[in-house]
Amino acid sequence: MAQTQQEDRLNLGAKKFIMWIFIFTSFMLFAALTSGFIVYSGGSGHGLNITLPSSFRYSTIVLVLSSITLFLAARAAKRLDYDKQQRFLWVTISLGVAFLILQVYGWYTLSYKMHIYLVDPNATRSFVYVMTFLHLLHIIGGIIWLISALSGSIKRIPQVKNLYRMEMTSIFWHFLDIIWIYLYVFLLLNQ
Amino acid sequence: MSTLSVQDHGVAHHEEGHEHHHDTFLTKYVFSQDHKMIAKQFLITGITMAVIAMLLSILFRIQLAYPDKAFPLLETLLGRFAPEGRLDPEFYLSLVTIHGTIMVFFVLTAGLSGTFSNLLIPLQVGARDMASPFINMLSYWFFLTACIIMLSSFFIQKGPAGPGWTIYPPLSALPTAMKGSGLGMTLWLVSMVCFVASSLMGGINYVTTVLNMRTKGMDLWKMPLTIWAFFLTAILGVLSFPVLVAGVVLLIFDRSFGTSFYLSDIVVNGQVMPFEGGSPILFQHLFWFLGHPEVYIVIMPAMGISSEVMSVNSRKPIFGYHAMVYSLIGITVLSFIVWGHHMFITGMNPFLGGVFMITTLIIAVPSAVKTFNWLATLWRGNIRFTPAMLFAIGMVSFFISGGLTGIFLGNAALDINLHDTYFVVAHFHLVMGSAAIFGMLAGVYHWFPKMFGRMMDEKLGYLHFWLTFIGAYLVFFPMHFMGLDGVPRRYYAFTEFASMQRWLSVNMFITWAAIMSACAQVAFLYNFIHSIFWGKEATQNPWQANTLEWTAPVERIHGNWPGELPTVYRWPYDYSKPGAEEDFISQITPLSETMSSNLPHDFEDNPAGLEALNTWTNTQKANEEVK
Repeated sequence: MAQTQQEDRLNLGAKKFIMWIFIFTSFMLFAALTSGFIVYSGGSGHGLNITLPSSFRYSTIVLVLSSITLFLAARAAKRLDYDKQQRFLWVTISLGVAFLILQVYGWYTLSYKMHIYLVDPNATRSFVYVMTFLHLLHIIGGIIWLISALSGSIKRIPQVKNLYRMEMTSIFWHFLDIIWIYLYVFLLLNQ
Repeated sequence: MSTLSVQDHGVAHHEEGHEHHHDTFLTKYVFSQDHKMIAKQFLITGITMAVIAMLLSILFRIQLAYPDKAFPLLETLLGRFAPEGRLDPEFYLSLVTIHGTIMVFFVLTAGLSGTFSNLLIPLQVGARDMASPFINMLSYWFFLTACIIMLSSFFIQKGPAGPGWTIYPPLSALPTAMKGSGLGMTLWLVSMVCFVASSLMGGINYVTTVLNMRTKGMDLWKMPLTIWAFFLTAILGVLSFPVLVAGVVLLIFDRSFGTSFYLSDIVVNGQVMPFEGGSPILFQHLFWFLGHPEVYIVIMPAMGISSEVMSVNSRKPIFGYHAMVYSLIGITVLSFIVWGHHMFITGMNPFLGGVFMITTLIIAVPSAVKTFNWLATLWRGNIRFTPAMLFAIGMVSFFISGGLTGIFLGNAALDINLHDTYFVVAHFHLVMGSAAIFGMLAGVYHWFPKMFGRMMDEKLGYLHFWLTFIGAYLVFFPMHFMGLDGVPRRYYAFTEFASMQRWLSVNMFITWAAIMSACAQVAFLYNFIHSIFWGKEATQNPWQANTLEWTAPVERIHGNWPGELPTVYRWPYDYSKPGAEEDFISQITPLSETMSSNLPHDFEDNPAGLEALNTWTNTQKANEEVK
């Protein structure tokens, strides 16, 4: 093993591993919520019985696009093209913020247009709010990571660290993308 | 980043010996990022919390023994919580709740895993520190915050949370339900959120360090059982605590935003509450999906510590090393599919109950494998009864006597009668309470020299062991009979119920046994604190053990080893190997230096080594013939 010679490099590897395990914990959180949803609707006989607001569909598209732009940013970083990396990071951050706005708009549609509120005797509807809320909290964390990657690139930190931040951010952001698709498909299947 | 600087320490040591770079008091003792210091912080905080939780238990034991008697002293001490010298009934429930919460989470999860995973993982796998020392430090500070918030609930008007450590709704979800459902419950939830954050940060670090930062030669099958146990414990925590978070988030929504995840058809003080359609059983599912793995999070580190301590002090290899690892893995996997056995009486489908019953009873298999292996390790060993060894044996004793009643409770048909009786209290206090705390104490006595560079006093250790061991059995054993007689848990005064009155004398007996065991802990506390400052100075390897931590200098330097990290050549249990000069061979001794004790199976994947061994043996034989 190469620990003794290249401890620094390997330690970054260990930190990337930390991110992977954090993703497992996050996944367990959402898995618990969806299992709770199934147990609840199975036990009480309640179903969602609503059409999800269309802004959730658009937000899904936006989030997938942001994953693609983040991939392009990471590729640019690997090719030492920092301007391109920063440009794509800006696009990714804006798409992330757009996702945030679309989700909040989705809540607005749910409550003001469809009159389906957080407080509902049918708790499956409350689950929609809780799941999207917890996912949004993760998205805010993801945007902070994106900003740190961007500021690192602007400050021209050493390439090793720049790539490290890009990779950490990418792992987390792509995970958020996948987990949202999971939640959205789960809710679609149950509507 | 932080880790890079740790690596710099390592290099610095290489060049300048033990010269520390300038640590201020704050960076060395308070905001330390050194895993050994963080371990000590966890240990001392854990012990403090344990003492507090023990005193709480003495308070409610006094109430159980003398339900009709007034103790004016209690009013002086507790004020409005004990008007006229008698405990307030709702405060009694708070005491039980906080005792359970502190013991399960703060002492036996954070105090045990936090201390020994932090101390031993880097030292026993041969790493300079954790994968992320900064997250490790955060883990401790979140834990301390959680402790402070939990204890602060004693200083608010309505007192601490009271719905039991399992915080079942509706009691926990309706702030108006009882005194302990109000602000105290909110503080409980806030504290637990900090606690879960702490334990996830710790767990993520432990898993990462074990998988990524082992030294040269340390493959997974050369790791001591302690590391295996901490590793699997951390995996359990990482997978199950998020589920508790999900359950708690929904509970917070119910409490504060009026949703109905867990609540339905509730009437408080004659008023119909607006909640509809919720299911309190949903909370139990989410809670016990954490809650059951949690009891293994508590016991597995104790198992790992006992395995190591018993092997060292029997001067024998652990019996069935691979079986020990596989049984830990078996327990880890099974622990996720047994949570339903806490819910047999919730109206669960009997078929589903049967499934949970079978999975639960299967856990007896790996548990028995471990028990028999411990006994076989002791069998015909050169046993040294150090205090650590006694506590490790005590752990096995409690694990057996508490585990046997687990087989009763795992049966749905029996559990329907025994559920929520003192039988359950006896069961889990023996199997996870006493067993885990004995494992923890074994660890404290064994690795004290590694933490503080000094030895603990043996005589006080023996006194502590025997009083605690006997005391714990005297406290918990009679509870089995109460439970079989149908006495329910968490009842405030046995005088109120004709069927329970005859158990009052037993309650008095238990209370006095508990007071005796509590006094025995003074011997430990004195020993612990006194030895930190004035104990006998330790040598580098006081127990003559094989594992890597005893090859590190006594001075406990940042970076653990001056110069290069040690290289590992063999498994950690080469005790009393036939043909060896001494009865232990350190993991860093190459096989080439121990030709007289090598065996063919030491060279399983190493044909060149095997050939060298054969050549050597043949030469020896030839020499013999010449003589």
